[in-house]
Amino acid sequence: MSDARAVPTALPPRHGGLWSRLARIEGLPIVVVFFVLVGAFVYFAPEVFLRWPIYFSFLTTIPPMLVLALGLTLVIAAGEIDLSFPSVLAFSGFLFAWTVRHTGLDWPAAALALAGGALVGAVNGVLVAVVGIPSIIVTIGTQFFWGGIAVVLSGGLSYSLQRLDHTLLAGIFTGNLFGVLPMQSLWAAALAVFVWFLLNRHRFGEHLLFIGDNREVARVAGINVRREVIKLFTLMGLFAGFGAILLTMENRNFFSTQGGGYLLPALAAVFIGGTSVFGGSGKVVGSFFGAYIIGMLDAGIVATGVAGFWVQVIVGIVFVVAVVFHLLMEHPGRFITIARFFRRSS
Amino acid sequence: MTGETTSHPAGAAAGADPGRGYTHIVRAQRISVSFGNIRALSDIDLAIGRNEIVGLIGDNGAGKSTLTKVLTGVLRPTSGRLFIRDQPIDWNQYSVRAAHRLRFETVYQEKSLGEKQPLWRNFFVGRQITNRWGFIKVREERRIADEILKRHIGFRGVGIDADSTVSQLSGGERQGIAIGRAMYFDSDLILLDEPTVALAVKEVQKVLDFVRSIKRSGRACIYIEHNLAHVHALADRLVVLDRGRIVADIPAGTMSLEELTRFLIGLHAPAGAAGAAQ
Ligand SMILES: Nc1ncnc2c1ncn2[C@@H]1O[C@H](COP(=O)(O)OP(=O)(O)OP(=O)(O)O)[C@@H](O)[C@H]1O
Ligand SMILES: [Mg+2]
Repeated sequence: MSDARAVPTALPPRHGGLWSRLARIEGLPIVVVFFVLVGAFVYFAPEVFLRWPIYFSFLTTIPPMLVLALGLTLVIAAGEIDLSFPSVLAFSGFLFAWTVRHTGLDWPAAALALAGGALVGAVNGVLVAVVGIPSIIVTIGTQFFWGGIAVVLSGGLSYSLQRLDHTLLAGIFTGNLFGVLPMQSLWAAALAVFVWFLLNRHRFGEHLLFIGDNREVARVAGINVRREVIKLFTLMGLFAGFGAILLTMENRNFFSTQGGGYLLPALAAVFIGGTSVFGGSGKVVGSFFGAYIIGMLDAGIVATGVAGFWVQVIVGIVFVVAVVFHLLMEHPGRFITIARFFRRSS
Repeated sequence: MTGETTSHPAGAAAGADPGRGYTHIVRAQRISVSFGNIRALSDIDLAIGRNEIVGLIGDNGAGKSTLTKVLTGVLRPTSGRLFIRDQPIDWNQYSVRAAHRLRFETVYQEKSLGEKQPLWRNFFVGRQITNRWGFIKVREERRIADEILKRHIGFRGVGIDADSTVSQLSGGERQGIAIGRAMYFDSDLILLDEPTVALAVKEVQKVLDFVRSIKRSGRACIYIEHNLAHVHALADRLVVLDRGRIVADIPAGTMSLEELTRFLIGLHAPAGAAGAAQ
């Protein structure tokens, strides 16, 4: 029976085989890219990359983006998108900064920031799931709205938050463990572990995967699609609120456009990590390393002495290489397609 | 079957206890469904006996799939009532989950599997085996999925296991998965919406055997099929839907296959031709 099954060579073997076993290891391509990159940095700038400070700075600055990328991984796995998170970074950051500055109550300020993020997310979720507007449209709109609210409320001013120095809150979330390890990197890593289990081992995550895979299938399987989508966007808002707290607290400063620079890098981190834009699968390990790759490229390239204006070019190359690498790992048959295409056109 | 029937917290939807005696596993009363201006079902009255195989036939777009979706909690009708095991159902409490708890199992015409997901997820989605925090007991789900593949579906040594994704399977294999899932959950009412689409002769025979086994084991089945020969041979009763209405309810043995075919063709023909067909 099994030998009667003719498997065309362009298809991957169903299981077994070194290649497919490697392909099943989550995030392997991106881990390879990550270490190649670190290796290249060490090679080109050993005086910088064989010392701790550069890594310390990565572990300080990248976590907020990583937190965003983790939330986005869930959103994209469910076949949705969220473009409003930069505004949550501004809006929640404002709630946090304003409360700290005017009351000095840092813990309630953090709770308020999280609640604000969750609220923005819940509004997105209702507009998507109940009203039925595609999430890309909803979140472009809410991105403007909440970003605008943050500017209006803060009067476009920035807040300096030196009074967070020596607070327990700042110590727990953005202090340095033993003076060498930024706490926010540990929180973000713990969150990554949590999100991995949520997506891959929890009922909620499975529901997201099926919703992203095929909404109709999810519905007939008994998944309450509407409720899960609202939960999803609320969670994304909550994550963005947490990112805002980490960012604002680390900088001891808030400014009303502080989320702006995160939109494309956070999305790039998810896609570089191998999560499919089509939904139905999400690679948390990939997003984790993807966020560090994206975050490292900037400072790393400059440190190697390459002129700063090359940075974007190199980011672009790494991005495309990583995405192609993922594709070939998952669909080895594409090798043949690609080879054929070039043979024919030459 | 595996012998172990999971204990379903029964009757949450209606207090309909699966254990008790009952006459009709399900009964629809004046059920209508409209999609905007389209009236997909009009005043459907249909009762399915506890050990009855009912063939549901009719043209494309007649409303067969819509009716199954109402019965299985996917779709809430515009109006009408539903009785399960003779107990009235509260629509507010009725859902796919409730239908599962009431031991209804469905194989949908298409789109009943998540393409990118492994088979073990597809077997249990919507009723995962979890701990109290909602985390899935993956090892257990995998083990049972492998067992279903081997025992109910006969995918032994074909290179398909619980970790294979649906997209790796052929159309027939997918249908086999959906049916195997229905067999495993061992329900009192099994709804098959064109289960033999895309199947080769041998696989079709397996499905027909499955329907016979439903009958033998004292359970009920609603069987939607365009191949009249198949339903005609198997069903205890044939219900004909036409443009959202039940136009005939034919007990087995009262009409030959030829007569049935002519009747169905006559449905949409001009009055004179229909008369000639009689
Ligand atoms: N979600 C929907 N929205 C709008 N109209 C729908 C929807 N689902 C079904 N319909 C309409 O309801 C009618 C009945 O459809 P249904 O799928 O029940 O037919 P069917 O008898 O199963 O046909 P087939 O044999 O082709 O599967 C059709 O006219 C169809 O266009
Ligand atoms: Mg149909």
